[in-house]
Order: sequence, then structure tokens, then C-alpha cells
Amino acid sequence: MNIHEYQAKEIFEKFGVPTPNSGVASTAEEAIEIADRIGGRVVVKAQVHAGGRGKAGGVKLVESSKQAGQLTEELIGTHLVTNQTGPTGVPIEKVMIAETLDIKDELYLSIVIDGDLGAPVVMASSEGGMDIEEVAATTPEKIFRVIADPLIGLSPYHARDLAIALEVPSESIRATTKLIIDLYKVFIENDCSLVEVNPLVVTKDNAIVALDAKINLEDDALFRHPELANLIDPNQLDPLEQRAYKSDLAYVKLSGGRVGCMVNGAGLAMATMDITKNAGADPANFLDIGGSANQERIEEAFKIIVDDTDVEIVLVNLFAGIARSDVVAAGIVAAAAETAAKMPLVVSMRGTNAKEGIEILTDSDLDITVVTDLAGAADVLQQKLLELERSN
Amino acid sequence: MAILVDSETRLLVQGLGRDGSFQASRTLAYGTNMVAAVHPGRNGQKFENNVPFFSQVADAVDQTGANTGIIFVPAPFAMDAIIEQVDAGLELVVCITEGVPVIDMVKVMAYIKDKPTRLIGSNCPGVLSPGYKAKVGIIPSNIVKPGNVGVVSRSGTLTYEAIAQLVQHGMGQSTCVGIGGDPVHGTTFTDVLELFEADKETEAIVLIGEIGGTREQLAADYIKKHINKPVVAAIAGQSAPAGKRMGHAGAIITGKAAMASEKIKTLAEAGVHIAESPALIGAKMKEVLG
Repeated sequence: MNIHEYQAKEIFEKFGVPTPNSGVASTAEEAIEIADRIGGRVVVKAQVHAGGRGKAGGVKLVESSKQAGQLTEELIGTHLVTNQTGPTGVPIEKVMIAETLDIKDELYLSIVIDGDLGAPVVMASSEGGMDIEEVAATTPEKIFRVIADPLIGLSPYHARDLAIALEVPSESIRATTKLIIDLYKVFIENDCSLVEVNPLVVTKDNAIVALDAKINLEDDALFRHPELANLIDPNQLDPLEQRAYKSDLAYVKLSGGRVGCMVNGAGLAMATMDITKNAGADPANFLDIGGSANQERIEEAFKIIVDDTDVEIVLVNLFAGIARSDVVAAGIVAAAAETAAKMPLVVSMRGTNAKEGIEILTDSDLDITVVTDLAGAADVLQQKLLELERSN
Repeated sequence: MAILVDSETRLLVQGLGRDGSFQASRTLAYGTNMVAAVHPGRNGQKFENNVPFFSQVADAVDQTGANTGIIFVPAPFAMDAIIEQVDAGLELVVCITEGVPVIDMVKVMAYIKDKPTRLIGSNCPGVLSPGYKAKVGIIPSNIVKPGNVGVVSRSGTLTYEAIAQLVQHGMGQSTCVGIGGDPVHGTTFTDVLELFEADKETEAIVLIGEIGGTREQLAADYIKKHINKPVVAAIAGQSAPAGKRMGHAGAIITGKAAMASEKIKTLAEAGVHIAESPALIGAKMKEVLG
């Protein structure tokens, strides 16, 4: 789960990580008040769940509180389109007004769990303010990593090693070490999947400050942190993803696809997207209905797929182990009756109660083509896509 | 002999809620040798009038000689259940539970590192050896067929798809192993490949990977150096975009190496036969075995 920069910054502060003086505004008046309190030049940062804000015009320096108010007014209520968002962008509902610092050096710091190593890894780079993947590809010698012991945690000497590798001024080594240890605590105690500071800055008077704050929370651990689960901002999600989130469905909207995919199981869902692509059309979504979905959730899943205006045809692929094909079929028929969409369905159903499921579908007045396996689904899909193109 | 589970398997089940009980009944009906059920407070009762209940795993192991454990307990309690089973000395522990926090699995893996127990999962469909009617997991027993192809996969339902394709082309399985879709998991592709290579009943191997992590690359490296049996591989997620989690916690493209195309390239270079589409796994194996 993503959270906003200002929310991540609040968590940083709770753990003693130095951050710039700032405030959050959703109106020009609030922005002016915060900028006056800070005084002088300030930076105005759009609060959205997307990287690439700077290049997209979502982060700007202004010289006065009046300008901060004007810029806030311009930004709020618009959508920011960055290289990481879709073409419609993400809504700006809040901005952060923050003090500017006299910066001597920009560094990078992040913490993730490396699945292959099975341990938390702290990564630092002397090249702050840049795309870290780019740094890793072009100048890998400028990236330093330490692996934390899963049971002991990050040893202070590990943090010190990083501070020294980053070549911070001698008088800042102690503060940098403490900051890295505190960020590690942020990561572990909040069950994060990512903590990232880009840039981490050294100021002219050798203070170490987290100029940016990014936290991704691990979805599977939110049950331990109800207060963090409340930080979700559903408006930052695609509207269809927002509905899926409410119904607890694993759904991802994919841009530009025409084939809606309804599948049980994540691996099979990806495989179904792949055969769609092989058949000559892009999948419109990833959707795993899971093993224990009831009819209500199946209905909502189907509605989400057909409410996607990009979708022209739906591919249903079910290999029911825990799931029941008849329940899925009944859900599809009920949902289709409530929507105006009358698009063709290609259906493969195997496993638990598959025969009953297929009967329910063929007895309905839906435009159904039943196939017996994945290869058959690919063939029929290709044929149906050709028919659609001809009729267009 | 198949691998991991066979006629020697003496199964203990932990976590008999709604889904766990349903799966345990099917496991029992299939013919798996289930010797103990663990549920605090039901000591003295019997599951399905057949398998004795115990309140503690260690007590159950002492009294029944169970050597294999399966876990269906909800995610918040999965770490505790794994550690209880490891401490009781079970040889094999299979954790089916989905949604276990990654940091819990990180701790579990560090804890069991020097212990004799082998862990499969979390978030996996488990293991099934059709020739021995030994099922430790949720793979539907009506789709499998005894035979000589070993299957190892990160997925659940895509594993069923692969099994169905093998059967459709007339090929049965020695053992099917779902290692799970979580980024941190016990037994890896490499571990299972080693077991299949040593298994006399396994003639060929199907490997099903997906986007995320670099375990497929490690498998490719291992295959190149140590595997003489033919391997057919399929990688799911060729059409997945970067940076978005595709259901499985581990299925997210975080860098170039995590992409399907990179994994396929590395596996092909290691001499693995690639099923160009997930619909062609069975056909590819048929072609390879002739």
C-alpha cells in the first residue's frame, strides 16, 4: 500500500529522523499561512502516489508565501500526469509546503526485503536525486549495500559503514549512522515493503536531513497496524481498482487492453494475460478472484471488468480447486443481467463443478463460447477478435 | 520413489477451520496416511471419526510418529505454527497459508536455517505424489495421474493447468510440487530440481516460474551445472507491466532481472526447453520426450 509523502514524513519524525520544516495545505489560504510561518523561499510539492513529480511540474520552488498560495490554487483539483501514471494522471488534493535548505550534497538511501537473500537490505548511494535504477545500471560502484540479520537486526556498525562509504563529513558520521538506524526501525516496526529517501541531503552546515520521504506498507501485515491501514487514499487509485479494493479483489487495470480477464489464481491469471497477448490483443486487466469468493464478489468482479470502457470481449478461465465453477457461473449471469454490456464471452471451466458451471452459462442468453483448455481459449479468442474487427 | 511425499509419509494437520477441514477431508479421502490433527482443546476427539486430535504438535508427534506437517492456520498465526512444527522435529513442513507477512517468513527462514526440517511455502498448493496416493496440500487429486514427469511451480492454479496438459498428452507425474508465490519461501526451485535429478521415477521436469525475483535465474544456473534430465519451462507474466503486484506478493517486476523475458532468456541459455505459451507446456514436453 502506498502512502503520501506527508504521511511518511510524519512517521519519520515519530522515529526521530530529521526532516525539513513543513506543513500540508489543501487551499491557498492554508498554503500562505504555512509559508509565512516557515518564511522566505519554500518548495511546493504535489501530494500524489506517483514518482516523477518534479519533471511533471508537481514540485516547484517559490519566492514568497503569496506565490505559494497561487501555485497551490493552480495545482489543487487538477491531475498530475507523470511518466509513472496513466494518461489521466492522479488527482492533486493536497500539497506540501516545505522550507528550502542550503544543500552541499545529495545522497540516496532505501530499505527493502531482498526475497532471494531472505533479509532486509539497506542500500545507499552517493548519487542522490537520481533514478536509482539508472545509477545501478551505469555506475554500480556508487551503490553500497548492507544486509541486516533477520533476528538481530541492523548492527550500528553496518549503518556506520554506509555513512563512511557515502563520504559524509567527519562531523556528520554520527548523525548519519543514527538516521540509518532510525530508518531501519521505521521499516521494521511499521512492516514496510519500502522505505526510500531520495534525496537524503547534507546541508552547508553539515546537518543530515531526509528531504523526501517514501514509504510503501506491506499489505499482508496491515492487520498488525490498523492505524496505518487508515492512511490509504483510495482517490489515488484508478476508479476500477478502487472498486476492486473495496471488494477485496486482486485487480490491476492495464492500459490499452481490449480483453477483460477473469481468472482464479495469480499464476493462471498472468498466463491468461499472456495467451491473450499471443492471440493478438492486449489484456485489459489482471484479476484473480481467489479461491473462496462468494457469488456477490464474483458479480462485482464481472461488473468491474465490463464497466471498463476499453473491454470488448471477456475471457473467463477457471481451474477450480477450492473455488466452485457453478458459483462463478451464477455470479457472471447475475452480473450480466444488471449491466448493459452485451459483449462476447470465451469461457474455460475445469475442476470443481465445472459441468454445472458451463450449463448455467450456456442456458443463459449470454454470448458464450465454451472452450476446454487454454490452447482452445487462445484459438477462439483470436477468431473472435477477427470477427470484432470485421464488424467494426 | 517420487520425492518429498510417498508411502512413508505420516501426516499431521494443523489449522482445521472451514477451509482447512475441507481440504483435510479431501486429503484423507484420497488415501493419504493422516495420523494426527492438532487443535487446542479437542484432545481426545477424532477428525472425521478417524484421526486423533491433539492440543500440541510435539505431543502429536510423540504419540503418532508423524513425520510431515501441513499448516492451514490463518496468516497472523502461521509463523508460530511453522516454528511449533519445526521444534517438534517434523522432517517436512508444508505451509499452505496465504498472506503471511514477508518479515515473518524472513524470521522463519533465519530460525530454521540450521535445523533438519524442510519447509515448503508459505502460500503454496503443496505436494502430491500420484503413484503413492500421498497428498500434502490442495492440488486436486482428480487431475493427476501416476507417471514420470516431475512438476515444480511458483503458482497454484497454473500448476493444475500444467498437470492437465501433461495428462492430456498422455503423461503422468512422479511428484507435483508447488513452492509458493511469496518472495521469501522455504524450499526453492533449486532444492526441488536436485531432488528430481536424484529420483529414479522422474524422467523429465516441468518448471513453472513467473515474474519477480531472480530464483528462475538461480534455477537456470543449477540446471546448467547439475541437471541431466530434460527440463521444460514456462514463465507467466510476459504481458505484465513493471512495478505492479500481480496478485502474488512476489510477482512484481522490480528491475530488469525480474522480467519474464530475462528469465526465459537465461533458462534457454541453460538448455531448458521453453514452452512459448503457457498453453503449450504439455505439447512441449511431449515433443521433448518424443
